Amino acid sequence: MITFEDVSFRYEEDGPAALAGVDLHIPEGELCLVTGHTGTGKSTLLGAVNGLVPRFTGGHLRGRVTVAGQGTESRPPQEFAHLVGRVGQDPLAGFVTDNVEEELAYGMEQLAVRPEVMRKRVEETLDLLGIAELRGRALRSLSGGQQQRVAIGSVLTSHPSVLVLDEPTSALDPTAAEDVLSAVLRLVHDLGVTVLIAEHRMERVLQYADRLLYLPGDGTVRDGTPAELMPDCAVAPPVVQLGRVAGWSPLPLSVRDARRRAAGLRERLTDRAPGPPHPADVDVPPSAVPVGRPAGEPPAAGEPLLTARAVTVTYGSTVAVRRVDLRLAAGEVTALMGRNGSGKSSLLWAVQGSGPRRSGTVEVAGGDPGDLPAADARARVGLVPQTAADLLYLQTVDEECEQSDAESGAGKGSCRALLDRLAPGIGGASHPRDLSEGQQLALVLAIQLTAAPPVMLLDEPTRGLDYAAKRRFGAVVRRLAADGRSVVIATHDVEFVAAVADRVVVMADGEIVADGATPDVVCSSPAFAPQVAKVLSPLPWLTPDQVGRALAADLEEAAPPRTEGAPR
Amino acid sequence: MSGDRQPARPGRRWPEPTWPPLARSLHPGAWWLWALGLAVAASRTTNPLLLAMILAVAAYVVVRRRGDAPWALSFRMYLALGAFIIVMRVAFRIVFGGGQGDTVLFTLPEIPLPEAAAGIRLFGEVAAEQLLGGFYDGLRLATMVVCVGAANSLADPKRMLKALPGALYEVGASVVVALTVAPQLIESVRRVRRARRLRGAAGKGRRALRGIIIPVLEDALNRSLALAAAMASRGYGRTGGADPRTRLITGVLVVVGLVGVCGGLYGVLDAAAPALLGAPLLLGGGAVALAGLVLGGRRVRRTGYRPDRWRPAELLTAGAGATTAALMFLTAGVDPDNLYPSLSPLSWPELSLIPVLAVLAGVLPAFLTPEPPRTAAPPVAAPRPAGGANGPGGANGPGGANGAGGANGLGGANGAEPRKEPVA
Repeated sequence: MITFEDVSFRYEEDGPAALAGVDLHIPEGELCLVTGHTGTGKSTLLGAVNGLVPRFTGGHLRGRVTVAGQGTESRPPQEFAHLVGRVGQDPLAGFVTDNVEEELAYGMEQLAVRPEVMRKRVEETLDLLGIAELRGRALRSLSGGQQQRVAIGSVLTSHPSVLVLDEPTSALDPTAAEDVLSAVLRLVHDLGVTVLIAEHRMERVLQYADRLLYLPGDGTVRDGTPAELMPDCAVAPPVVQLGRVAGWSPLPLSVRDARRRAAGLRERLTDRAPGPPHPADVDVPPSAVPVGRPAGEPPAAGEPLLTARAVTVTYGSTVAVRRVDLRLAAGEVTALMGRNGSGKSSLLWAVQGSGPRRSGTVEVAGGDPGDLPAADARARVGLVPQTAADLLYLQTVDEECEQSDAESGAGKGSCRALLDRLAPGIGGASHPRDLSEGQQLALVLAIQLTAAPPVMLLDEPTRGLDYAAKRRFGAVVRRLAADGRSVVIATHDVEFVAAVADRVVVMADGEIVADGATPDVVCSSPAFAPQVAKVLSPLPWLTPDQVGRALAADLEEAAPPRTEGAPR
Repeated sequence: MSGDRQPARPGRRWPEPTWPPLARSLHPGAWWLWALGLAVAASRTTNPLLLAMILAVAAYVVVRRRGDAPWALSFRMYLALGAFIIVMRVAFRIVFGGGQGDTVLFTLPEIPLPEAAAGIRLFGEVAAEQLLGGFYDGLRLATMVVCVGAANSLADPKRMLKALPGALYEVGASVVVALTVAPQLIESVRRVRRARRLRGAAGKGRRALRGIIIPVLEDALNRSLALAAAMASRGYGRTGGADPRTRLITGVLVVVGLVGVCGGLYGVLDAAAPALLGAPLLLGGGAVALAGLVLGGRRVRRTGYRPDRWRPAELLTAGAGATTAALMFLTAGVDPDNLYPSLSPLSWPELSLIPVLAVLAGVLPAFLTPEPPRTAAPPVAAPRPAGGANGPGGANGPGGANGAGGANGLGGANGAEPRKEPVA
């Protein structure tokens, strides 16, 4: 269906190759997962399928890409509309009309499909994706998962034989992601559509993939079944990592595979206390000086830093946050979870003081950040918003750092020093917008930490980060907490929560519905349980690192298993 | 199976008539023709009684036949605009136009002006003729504006753009995209401004402006690139290769034709214009523009989803507007006196039969056209889960309506031991 013949691509004539000598043949009806670290050329590969690369991105493409026998070199992307359907990470950015039904029809109108046929296909697609009840709704009023399904539907109506999905579930909560993926699976099974999907959160897709395209980063593409490639693939979901530390072969690809294999492991781990779930290796060089610590003695772990009482946020007549009480303690990482729109962001903004708050009080270091001037508020509570790049507006990283020192009244170079600890090796002359997602996040975090707030709030920080970047970021978060801060992370990423958070707060409809230690909250929920917990259930183990350390300790001691740890 | 949802079948142009007609929205073009008919009629008279009747007719039809979409509420704004026009006209007559007419109502102190401004009087005597003249003039203009407002609140502007001829499709598409992008831009400005407070909102003036503009522009640029790529991938602009010469000819024909139409309209509406400037120019210009559109439309291969069709109700609506305008023209030829009530000597405006009938013809659509569908979204077939209706945060709909198996997202979490104390 799709063939790449010796395809090479570089953005600049003498720049590094994004793709180098790629030969691929993807047969009809396969679900093909494209994976690799950020910046290894996944999006380039996907864009080349219908000719958006190089026609929309610029750059030099050599070799030949064909879809159903038609080459992209001679035809513009428009002429592939009936063959290739493409859906991006942010569905809103690709919507042309403003209501569901017209969006579904748009592609067909361009292809001059007869009105009767259009009408029929719209109805079929509404049913196929389970969005019939949304037909007259405005696109902007839909939730993320619904928008993503409408976006998929809007390309399906043209009956393409190839579907290209670039990070379709990155921004979605676990439940919405499952809805989208089950819709995609249905297409593969029922309609024989060939699907090419790139996804950072491999754990969501890997088990369904017929084929894996792994981009190691040198421009080449390794092609094979997941079982063939997984043993030495640098990016791997937790279930595969668990298989590696447990020494299983072949590696399990799904929770079900692993669970059937895990009886022995469960037995070995019963009666053992799981250690800390955080990764042991910390990529950030340990520092004698704590990172941007508030002045004075660090507060003892557990000492309350922030107390919020009856915080309520409303937009018009909608109640986003309803009388929420929250206490944050020093040295603690709290994860704030809940489906899209459950009030997580509203709560963070209200607590920080920059967002609207209808009623309620927040107390940090003897003051309410909502009543204080912005500069004082940020010295008490720091917030990294969902679109972190909103805070960056200068030409170079150095300028941003200097500006930040000036804003915070900190000594010259403090922001830069922080940045070097969080993400070493960012050139001072580079433009902030050219940095990778992870580097941008580190820069914004450094800017906010320069004001030395004791409480740090992070809104969806792991969106767009690959496994390695997430691991490094997790280490940074642990370090912030170890220095006596309280960190809150609003996120959908259950694996990240399992590895980093001490405590999980679950919100629904603007209220807190669960609040407790991470293992207690996540292990009992089907939607929020990390893969390792599902495999080892009912044991409260959360991450492959935890299991790996326990097994390594076994090997070292080569002695009868320890018994002092009681099961929690 | 409602008749109006079926695509037209070959061999049968219109579905069987039913009474009362099933609710549907009328072709926007029909409403525009109707409203223009009323506006043309209003332009031919200053008789306040007739103008008030036209206003009443327009308002009545709007109230009976508008939907509940956002633009339907714009009619009030046009009424306010009309009132403003009248007030301004009268006020200007009081300020500048003093001294004309014999029936002096009251006298304001006149402000003496220097020699250079001879011929202009500020304030002074205020005569009834002068006020009435201003009022009549203002009322005529206001009525025309309100007629346009009626069309605006009755016809969906987006469907109107969709009904544009094929050659103008690109223009229509750009307008639609612009309409969608504007709210996004506002949203992004608000987001960035809020985010700036997180950095202590340092700096005022130019520096602050820069802090807002750069992220917003970057956002807008990224978004438009993404949109362009998405539109291209979905087939927008599959021209099938029209050569530049054809496009040039098309463009020239359309522009020349439209200029002709404008000139012709002026000729028709202004009774003092030479005859040649009227109907011939209008028809000629129309023909040229039409030729351009047909030529341009030939290269377009595109279809419309659920296109609006012309059915009896549309013809009737457009016909009602045309009748009003035509009868008014007829009256202007036969019995012009009552259309322009005399100001000197002052006389009560009077009504004669034909203009009244003309205006009353305009009210027919209020009774004879199908009602508009009352809700923008069709009623939901299946009842939604209870939690669905009150999606919080404004931006998202009901999470519970997803239907599929994952709907019990939080069910398990509720089972966890709820501990309000933070973990030490």
